[in-house]
Amino acid sequence: MATDVHRPVIPQAVHVEGLTRSFDGRAVIDDLRLDVRPGEFVALLGRSGCGKSTLLRILAGLDRDIEGTVLVPRRKAVAFQAPRLMPWKKVWRNVLLGLPGKPERAVAEQALDEVGLGHRTDAWPKTLSGGEAQRASLARALVREPDLLLLDEPFGALDALTRIKAQRLVGELWQRRGCAVLLVTHDVEEAVLLADRVLVMDRGVIAHEQRIDLDRPRDITDPRFAALRAGLLERLGVEATAAEAA
Amino acid sequence: MTISHAPPASKEPDISPVSASDPDLQPLVPTSSRRTRVPRWLRRTTGPVLLLALWQLLSTTGALPPDVLASPGRIARVAGDMVADGSLPAAMGTSLQRVAGGVLLGLLVGTGLALVSGLFRIGEDLVDAPVQMLRTVPFVGLIPLFIIWFGIGEAPKVAIITLGVTFPLYLNVYAGIRGVDAQLIEAGESLGLSRWGLVRHVVLPGALPGAMTGLRYSLGIAWLALVFAEQVNADSGIGFLMVQARDFLRTDVIVVCLVVYAFLGLLADFIVRSLEKVLLQWRPTFTGR
Repeated sequence: MATDVHRPVIPQAVHVEGLTRSFDGRAVIDDLRLDVRPGEFVALLGRSGCGKSTLLRILAGLDRDIEGTVLVPRRKAVAFQAPRLMPWKKVWRNVLLGLPGKPERAVAEQALDEVGLGHRTDAWPKTLSGGEAQRASLARALVREPDLLLLDEPFGALDALTRIKAQRLVGELWQRRGCAVLLVTHDVEEAVLLADRVLVMDRGVIAHEQRIDLDRPRDITDPRFAALRAGLLERLGVEATAAEAA
Repeated sequence: MTISHAPPASKEPDISPVSASDPDLQPLVPTSSRRTRVPRWLRRTTGPVLLLALWQLLSTTGALPPDVLASPGRIARVAGDMVADGSLPAAMGTSLQRVAGGVLLGLLVGTGLALVSGLFRIGEDLVDAPVQMLRTVPFVGLIPLFIIWFGIGEAPKVAIITLGVTFPLYLNVYAGIRGVDAQLIEAGESLGLSRWGLVRHVVLPGALPGAMTGLRYSLGIAWLALVFAEQVNADSGIGFLMVQARDFLRTDVIVVCLVVYAFLGLLADFIVRSLEKVLLQWRPTFTGR
């Protein structure tokens, strides 16, 4: 996906410059700069409270108390940590919620098929398992055919096995759709596994940037993978253990 | 360090460090085999039936004179007569009409006010404070005022029921609207829902459980209000039958009327349950099957 098609003017899926967001006079995001190319998969790491979720909410258009320039695609979609499905709407209605016009049920079914949830279109959201609900939430985001997909720790609440499957699914969907993705996470391994570029956020700015040039699909046991992971962990203030350094 | 094994089973097993003594085993009997085989509904009905039998026994032996309380047999007979001569159905019809009118008006007023103050900040400022103040006035105390305003016809009776229904409905619908998960509203926003779309697809369905609770309270209060309203200057309805029966010391008729009130209350509850079954089927916590 990350082919060099940018010639004179670099097309951008996200352009943020001089962004500041304060809560009660305390700047959580402080003069931040961020560019994401179309089709690029960017992971945003950071300790809790570093402002990464705030940044995602701003990009999603949910927080407008801001100063600075923020350019985002008109067509964007968000998947949150909690699936946030409307419990009173069946899964397929949840998927279509907010789409302009009167979309057919088949549209929802197609999106649900794509995330492997075609058999639960008629279910009530509360009867879904955690992984299923998260996939429904992904389908709801994808059906909007976004140019930018914002993922706010979407795997955080899943159990380890379900998380691996969900991560793979997101990787596949991204490769198929070709949309830009901004993944907010605190899982370094997940970031290195999925992203073209990993950003580390600290004290309201992007403090560190790391390109991940490993071939896909990536192998966690690859020593280069481990090295990138250890480097990023160090950036986040976690020293590598002796076993990892070896 | 070596790993300690249990010695081979053939050789002196009792000196192995773990098998100090055989544990005292106790059989765990499945609960189904211990329980008696009487079905639950039968056990549940035994209590009331015994109570009725005791009542009948006290009446027939004369320990419970009919002036104090008529016997169950007599009550059943009187109820049959009242149905046969049409006086009971006619009274029920009148009372039901009053309740229906009052509940309908109360529903409109209560939910209308709750929507105004729940959905709009300006509505909250204007509506909520006065409603919260009025709510503290016991509505039954307003009967004299209502008689002066509306006379002694149907209007004051319907008005009392309306008033009784309005407040619980208002409180619950309002709380329901304000209690809708902010995360869901945010999700709705991120999906591009308009303000009206948010109300229609997120806020109102989210307030529905609260509204159903309000409706249940309201209907309960509606019957209470009916009893009060009908005992004042009524010339028809169940309350009127009761007042008349009081004057003639007819405890049997009074009990029949009480049973009818109870029956109508059950009916109202059944209606709310059915509504919940249809409207709240998305809730996995639903247990009213």
